[in-house]
Amino acid sequence: MSMINYAAREINCKIVYYGPGLGGKTTNLEHIYGKVKPDTRGKLISLATETERTLFFDFLPVDLGTIRGFNTRFHLYTVPGQVYYNASRKLILKNVDGVVFVADSQVERMEANLESMQNLYDNLAEYGYDVTRIPFVIQYNKRDLPNAAPIADLQAALNPGWEPADVSRARVTPDPYHAGENLVEQLSSGEWVEKAPYFEGVAITGDGVFDTLKAVSKLVLKALA
Amino acid sequence: MTNPGAATWSFDEEDLAALTRTVDRFLADTGAHSALIADRSGQLVATMGRPLAFDPTVFATLTAADFSANDQLARLIGETDFTTLFHQGEKESMYVADVARRLILVTLFDNSTPIGLVRLKMKPVVEELTAHLDRAFTRARELGATQPNLLAGAGDEIDELFNW
Repeated sequence: MSMINYAAREINCKIVYYGPGLGGKTTNLEHIYGKVKPDTRGKLISLATETERTLFFDFLPVDLGTIRGFNTRFHLYTVPGQVYYNASRKLILKNVDGVVFVADSQVERMEANLESMQNLYDNLAEYGYDVTRIPFVIQYNKRDLPNAAPIADLQAALNPGWEPADVSRARVTPDPYHAGENLVEQLSSGEWVEKAPYFEGVAITGDGVFDTLKAVSKLVLKALA
Repeated sequence: MTNPGAATWSFDEEDLAALTRTVDRFLADTGAHSALIADRSGQLVATMGRPLAFDPTVFATLTAADFSANDQLARLIGETDFTTLFHQGEKESMYVADVARRLILVTLFDNSTPIGLVRLKMKPVVEELTAHLDRAFTRARELGATQPNLLAGAGDEIDELFNW
């Protein structure tokens, strides 16, 4: 739930990084923390176990600039990826404005990715949200690993597309991030599909981290416009 | 693009002034030194009283998480929620109260303020804050019907913002 504070001239939005355990959600936040100017971000808070696994959430507030005289302040959260922390994950999704799904590209993590994606759908549905109707971006992380699955396989499994909200007004929309691909298109069967924007990432070196953040933040602000 | 996820809400200088007046009086009545208001998703709304020696943004987030976790604990034991939480320290303590399930009021006080007094004075303060919020929402609804929202037509400016 974005909050516009006219007194402080701030627009506050909440973005949640979701995905399977050890997929790189916390690493995304750590990279952002390390790269943005200290005066435009707050502290990085980690509620983690002694072995540095996220227990409740990580949190990082960042300012991404001014629009119409209002400072845009994004609150970035990660959820604990491990399956048994679902109660915590559900709490963090409350009042979310945008979601980044950080998938682990490794072939052997495909099942964990699918399970986590299903869990995201289910948890959002419990709040009455629909992931296909809110700002949503997917990051395929760990692209540098030799056992990374091909993007086409990951897309087919995790981002197969959904029917656009208003099919009668659907039109082909090119993917601004991938030449020759579309975010909205008509299949040969005549059916229209819409997909989430996706990015390839190597969070540990920072590749794709800011592209992902920019894309989801932009979608969140456009949803307000 | 519509967002059938979470709704947007806003408040202006007048709302903030009303909240501040109520909380300032509460601080004076109880002797508590500081207060902080956050929304239930952890976004900081305002701080009152003595300036805080820590990052209020982080504090707001952790308080909201604390409250949400306790709500779930309440449900597990058969309650619908806990409307207040009290954390007692050796020198500093905090009393946290829900306001209309939308805001959280955190009161910080030291040993010189009796918890009983904070608890006693909290109930009417929460009622007053709820009334302020109701007014703010009614006005926002009325305005929303006649005025475009803040970012209406700002598509190009948003594109520009991310041009880095």
